[in-house]
Order: sequence, then C-alpha cells, then structure tokens
Amino acid sequence: MSIPTPSAKRTIGWMGIQRGHRARPFEWLMEKFIFLVSLSAILMVFLIFIFVAREALPIFFGQMNSAPVQPALPVEEMNKLPKEKLREYLGLSPAKFAAMDEETKKLLMEARLEAQTEIPEALRQNKDAMLNTTQWRYLLQPYQWTDYDKPEYIWQPIGQIHKYNIMPLLIGSLKTTFAGLVFAVPLAIAAAIYVSQLARPRWREIIKPGIELLSAIPSVVVGSFTMLVLATFLQKVFGYQTRLNAFVAGVGLSLAVIPVVFTIAEDALTSVPRSYTQAALALGASKWQAAWQIVLPAGLPGVFAAVVLGFGRAIGETMIVLMVCSASVMSWSLFDSARSITTTIAAEMAEAVAGSHHYRILFMLGALLFAVTFVTNMIGDLVIHRLKRKLEGKR
Amino acid sequence: MNSTPLASPELRRDFRAKSFDFASFLFGGATGLATLLILGILAVILINTLVNGWSGLSWRFVSTIAKKDFFDPDTAAILPMIVGTTLRVFVMTFFVIPVGVITAIYLTEYAHNTSVFTRIIRSAVNNLAGVPSIVFGLFGLGFFINFIGRNLDTLLRYDQPTWGHESILWASMTLAVMTLPVVIVATEESLKAIPTGLREASLALGATKLETILKIVLPQALPGILTGGILAVSRAAGEVAPILFTGAAYFIADLPHKLTDQFMDLGYHVYVLSTQSDNIEKTRPILFATILALLLLTFALNVVAIFVRANMRKKLRSLQ
Repeated sequence: MSIPTPSAKRTIGWMGIQRGHRARPFEWLMEKFIFLVSLSAILMVFLIFIFVAREALPIFFGQMNSAPVQPALPVEEMNKLPKEKLREYLGLSPAKFAAMDEETKKLLMEARLEAQTEIPEALRQNKDAMLNTTQWRYLLQPYQWTDYDKPEYIWQPIGQIHKYNIMPLLIGSLKTTFAGLVFAVPLAIAAAIYVSQLARPRWREIIKPGIELLSAIPSVVVGSFTMLVLATFLQKVFGYQTRLNAFVAGVGLSLAVIPVVFTIAEDALTSVPRSYTQAALALGASKWQAAWQIVLPAGLPGVFAAVVLGFGRAIGETMIVLMVCSASVMSWSLFDSARSITTTIAAEMAEAVAGSHHYRILFMLGALLFAVTFVTNMIGDLVIHRLKRKLEGKR
Repeated sequence: MNSTPLASPELRRDFRAKSFDFASFLFGGATGLATLLILGILAVILINTLVNGWSGLSWRFVSTIAKKDFFDPDTAAILPMIVGTTLRVFVMTFFVIPVGVITAIYLTEYAHNTSVFTRIIRSAVNNLAGVPSIVFGLFGLGFFINFIGRNLDTLLRYDQPTWGHESILWASMTLAVMTLPVVIVATEESLKAIPTGLREASLALGATKLETILKIVLPQALPGILTGGILAVSRAAGEVAPILFTGAAYFIADLPHKLTDQFMDLGYHVYVLSTQSDNIEKTRPILFATILALLLLTFALNVVAIFVRANMRKKLRSLQ
C-alpha cells in the first residue's frame, strides 16, 4: 500500500535535489536512513549464522584436539621442529604464534610437558585417552570404548575422556519432535478447519483468540505443567515404566506446536476465496463436503507449510524438553528418556569453558539446529507466498 | 457470512432438516471436539495454576527479597525476579521498537511490493521469527558477550571484564533481536489499516512524503504499534532459553543496580524451582505462585493486545 507516485521510481532526486522543486536534503537523508534500518532483519539473520558458526569452525575443520594424553616433547626440541609443526603442537592460531616471542613459547612448552607428566598412570594406560573425540568419526559413528562390550553411541562430555557422539541427541530430538507433531498436527488442523469453515462467526471470534492465547503461555510454564501434572496423569492412563520420557515430552511439545500450526493453517484456509465454498454449496454439496473436498485441497500447500513450520518450532523448543526428560539414551523407544539437541545446549553451556572443545561442540549443535530451522522456515515461507499469490489470482 | 442463500428462516430450517447426513455430523463433531480439547487443555493449565498458586501469592512473597533459601516457602520471595524480568523487557523495547517500526514503515510506505529486494527482507523477517530461542541464546553469547563485550573491554582498557560478561543489557539486546519480527508484523498490519485516501489527501495539500508519514500516518498507527510492543514484551517476558547464557543468574541476594549487572528472572526461577528442588512437595506452593505471577505478567499484556487488535480489525473492516 505504498503511496502511488507518478512515474519516477524515487520520489526525490539525489540529496533531495530535483529540477523545479525545492531541495530536500533532510528528506533524502531520512529516506536513506529508513532504508538502511530496514536491512536490520537481513543483517540479523546473517549475524546469527556467522557468529554461531564462527565458534564452531574449529570442529568443522578438525582443528580441536580433545585427547587428554598427547605426545609431549622435551623443551630442548623446540628449535629442531619446523615452525608449522611447533604451532600445531602448541595449538595456537598463526597470528598468535607469529606475535609470540621465543621465551613465551618456551614457557608454553614447559607447561605442556608438566601437564602431561601430571596425568595419572591409569589414564595413560587407557587406549581411549589418546583419541581426539572431536573428529567426525567419533561424533557420528559408534565406537567401542574401554570397559564396553560392543561399539556404542555415547554422549558423555564429563569425566576424563569426553565422549561426543551426537547420534543420541539427534535421535532424542527427532523422537520428541515427531511425538509432538503426531499429537499437534491432527488436532490443530481439525481445529483450523472447524474455525475457518464450520464455526459460526460469533464462535470464531471467541475460539480463535483462545487458541492463540495458548501460544502466549511461556514454555517454562508449559514445561512445569507437563512435568508435574500431565506426566503423572499420563502414567496413570498408559502405565509405562519411566515417568518422564520422550512420549510425555512430545505431549508437552504439542502444546507449544498447536498454536503455530493452527494459526498458519487457519490463515491459509481462510484465504481460500469464499466463492469456492459458495459454488460447492450451490451445487448441492454439504458444508463438510465443501470444506473437505474443496477448501482443504485448495489450501493444502498452506497446511503443509503449517506442518513444516510446526516441525521447526518443535525441534527448536528448549525448556519443555529440558524439564521433562534429559538423560541421553540411544533408543528409538518413545517410552525411554531422551535428550534433545536444545536440551543439551541449555543444560551444558553453563559448565563449558569458553573456547574449549565442549563449548565448540555445543555451538556446532546450535549451528546445526539453525541450519535445520532455516531450511524449514524457508520452505514454509516460500510455500505460503506461492499459495497466497495463486489464490489472489496473480500467477 | 451464512453461506446458504435461502431467505426465509422456515425454508432454511426445512432445508437443513432434509439435508442432515451422518458424515457431516461426524466431521463437524470431530473437528469441533478437537477445538474443544485444545481449549480444554488451555483451561486446565490456567485453572490448575490459579488454584495451586493463589494460596502462595501473598504481598510479602512479591515484595521482599529472599536472602537465603528460596526453596523454603517461609523465606521465599520473588521481588528480584519481578524486577529483573520487568527491567530486561523494558530495556528491550528501547532497542526493538524503533528498529521494528522503521522497518515496517519502509516495507509499507516506500518498498515496491513486487521487487525481489522487498521479498528478501520479508522472508528474512519470517525466518527470524522461526529461529529457535536457544539459538538466540547462543548468538547473544557469541556476538554480544564474546565479540562486542570483550572487544569493548579491550578497547576501553578495563582490568576486569565489565562488558564482556552476562548482563541485563546483553540479555535485552538478544531478546530485541528475537522479538523484532513481532514488532514489524504488528506495525505493518496497523499501517496497512490506514486508508490510502488519508495519505493522498495529505500529499495533495503539499506535504512531502516524510511529513505525511510522520504527521498523518504514524499518529493513526499508534495503537497498532503499541499492540506490537505489548506482544513483543509478553513474548519476551516468558522466554528463558535466550537469557540462560546471556544474563540470568541462579541466585543474587540483591536487586540489580546497573545495566551491566546479572539479574534473577521469573521464568528462569520457575525452571530452577521445578527442577533443582530437593523436596518438590514442599516447594510446590511457591512454584505455582511464581508461575501465577509470571502468567499474570505476560497474560494481562496479551489479553490487552488481543482486544486492541480485534478492535482495529473491526475498524479496518468498517473503513473498507
């Protein structure tokens, strides 16, 4: 609804100077300023990506080494090593290495040697202590750790040997997300059909804000309600073993996802032109036939987008899953506990030292999460945009 | 809105009675039940909180500072949390409202709706709205604290980290980034609701475009902008994940004094009370009282926003 202007794309010329008009440099400047500020949303998406990925870069490039036992060289050998090797051995960035004088390097060598000699013999004997667990191999594939009978997927970032296998977290995220969607999607879409097609206008005015109010409940509140009230209730009904599990987390998540799916699906179904329904009714269809066979197919891309965006919301939800279940177990069963990606970041970031491998792995998980939601958001946005244009008749 | 084009009520009743079919009844019933179930859960959450929390909510509870054990119902108090949450949310509005409103002005008044560039801005706004809140937390830590804060410390030559640690300021700025889409969308909606005729009249009288926007359009859009602000505040007030690493503290026996202090937060406190307590039965009353306080804070704002928006839509409909 921009103000219609005669022909020129820009209202005022450069610096507000235009032939036959009074010069308006202030207006020109303000216009440029408004334009620049409006770029902030794009800038923010970029910055989020850059600064989350930046902290995780050493993991992507395999520059971190998490092995507690590493080969230690005597200080005298410092000058024999090639410069590049020495830099790698000390774990420094090229800029820092270049800025450092010989004395400091020597001190670092000594500190390194001392740290290595202090390691207890038991750990030194452990074959896993030499492993760099931040390599992709150990992040994604099972490994037979000492004292285990078979190769396993383990996330255990504490103790002497940090185990960073992210598979249990991925499965935990998928498990809780799908459990959440299984409950949320049918309910939300049914409600969207009811509100947009079948309910009387007066009821619609009450029901719609009511469901949207659900999204106003903070997720900590939903989380503690799920944990204290719903979990007990569901265990009584279904009678499973562990009280807090992925299933309960899914039910809790669905409370957060329902308003998202409902709002978008309802919007899509309402934007289907009224004439479609009227034509169907005039041809003798009943109200539900019109809703189910005419309006729903026409608005289907919007409903699909609603589900995709609901997925993004569910996989990114933190507090509910954090409060309901948090043990990392490699299991596909819904009635076992699960630890999602978001939970892991929220629970462990406080203990991770800035710059350590644990810290960087958590940022890597964050970057992964951002990438997933970026894709789902883009798909949802594109689908809704196309649908709106189609329904408005502008192909 | 009634889709049956039949005029007389008798005829309509007749028509309805004849065309009753089972499938229609089943379908309407099922979708209606789903709607009812959702509203039912909402009601259960609210009533449960109200019933359990009402007894714990006393004047002493909301107006004093817990100096020691906040798990004990006798000494627990939530004044620092209320102050912390309110403060971070209002500092946030200082950042988010100007940027959000100006972006919305660009999108509605200046941008060409068909251009690719406008489309990119719009999809960036939509994308920002869907970024998980925990990622905003990581962003706040990586950008505001570790990048801007630490560099400020080096630049200003502070001996101790003054800017480069968790604080109200960084938490608020993180939340501002998160709520930017909320403000943009709400403001845009209210700007679109203003009839084009008003703008044209102003331009015809010789006002420039900027004058029209500042003196005609913005005053009219003020309720809508306000709604956007309220929605952003209520969304931010309940969020915990973005402030976990950017400012919230487990326990501070005092109110925050300056913007670079850490703070206690209502939402985070709900999390602490429900997961870190040794005796959940004993903590339950204060937990629900805290939840009730948080809900009152966010809900009251939301109800106001919903009514203002509904009113505005009605006005818009009557104008067209």
